[in-house]
Amino acid sequence: MVRQSEDPSIKVSALAQGTVIDHLTAGSALRVIEILGIAFEGAVTIGMNLESAKMGHKDIIKIERREITPKEVAKIALVSPKATFSIIREYQVVEKFSPTPPRVIEGLLRCKNPSCISREERVTTKFIVMRMDPLAMRCHYCERTLRKEEIDLL
Amino acid sequence: MKADRPMGTALAGRDMISMRDYGREELLAFLDEAAAFEDYQQPILAGRVLGSLFFEPSTRTQLSFSSAMQRLGGSTIGFSDARVSSTSKGESLSDTIRVVENYCDIILIRHPREGAARLAAESTDLPVINAGDGTNQHPSQTLLDLYTIRQTRGRLDNLKIAFIGDLKYSRTVHSLIETLTHFDNRLYLVSPASLRMPAEFIEDLEDRGTEYSEDEDFFSIASDVDVLYTTRIQQERFPDPIEYEKVKDAYHIDRAAVEKIGGNVTIMHPLPRVNEISTDLDSHPGAAYFAQAKNGLTVRKAILSQLLGVSRG
Repeated sequence: MVRQSEDPSIKVSALAQGTVIDHLTAGSALRVIEILGIAFEGAVTIGMNLESAKMGHKDIIKIERREITPKEVAKIALVSPKATFSIIREYQVVEKFSPTPPRVIEGLLRCKNPSCISREERVTTKFIVMRMDPLAMRCHYCERTLRKEEIDLL
Repeated sequence: MKADRPMGTALAGRDMISMRDYGREELLAFLDEAAAFEDYQQPILAGRVLGSLFFEPSTRTQLSFSSAMQRLGGSTIGFSDARVSSTSKGESLSDTIRVVENYCDIILIRHPREGAARLAAESTDLPVINAGDGTNQHPSQTLLDLYTIRQTRGRLDNLKIAFIGDLKYSRTVHSLIETLTHFDNRLYLVSPASLRMPAEFIEDLEDRGTEYSEDEDFFSIASDVDVLYTTRIQQERFPDPIEYEKVKDAYHIDRAAVEKIGGNVTIMHPLPRVNEISTDLDSHPGAAYFAQAKNGLTVRKAILSQLLGVSRG
């Protein structure tokens, strides 16, 4: 376990180029790695269950030489809504943001209902977010409620 | 593709897919307009064609829409068996709709998959009516139920309404209960433990502050209940016939049971009934289930003319 005394800014500045994803819900880091795929060019550092003043415990991921895409940000926000993203270039944080909760999620998830028309026809799936915490959204087509634990990313 | 139209405007040119798309004022305005269609038979839809696409069998919904169309001077084309459509050759639903839209002015669709009507509506500029998408929505049934409640009780607020039977699988009940959350009523949910209302609908009731209670005992409902809405326990929903046998006769409501509850109660059922409602109730002054079937025609005439943007002459 990484001790709390480690200053997160040191970890960030140590990255020449890439992305730091901080404030991930504790335990969600491996799911986030899965979302990002396993083809990384540079080193990936994963910290899990770190103590956090704000969150109690959190996960953190540092990815060298890769800038995260908006689509990846949207997916990660679904599994870890409080995540923050820092884009690093030349050892500097050039951009830092927390994704705003989307109202509509298009093309990212598969509906859990096997009888939903979106599972049969070629359509872009669409979910309307009803509540962020705990996450609940409604399928635009079959109108079933999908909860965080039922998320099936495309 | 149709542009999104704001809620609260007239229904002309819009689709009718889900009761979730309507608010209280819009529902009341629709019901007011529908009342004017009772026994109305002018050929205001002459020359208009309804494309009736039934990928799953139905008798009453299909017949009453077709009758409504004809009574207003229009005509109906379509099929009532997916095996005769090109779907059996592997055609997508979107393609079927794009072809059929050339032959009609409004499309009515029933499909075994949830969300099919929404997808159909997105595939054409014509107005689309959902006549049932799997276990999801059947808006014209909900509208005729609301119409019947208002017709018999004179209002849609401050009522005590009991739902009895299969509250787990009944699309009719889910849609009506959800729509009733726009109004201020006390609900009684009576079902066998295995057929209770799904959690997501209970959450909706909680979120909207609707007063409700759940019970297995029919006699748990208030003696001054205004509406008894009973449903068939659907054998086809049970994978295990033994489970069906256990609950199939859980609520057999007869005249004696209704008289024990007492008061002036409206008895509703979406039909077909099997043995949930005894025939000795048919002559009861509160029996409204055959009136529901008649109101289905009135409401469907109003739906067709409103969506086609044709007003009464």
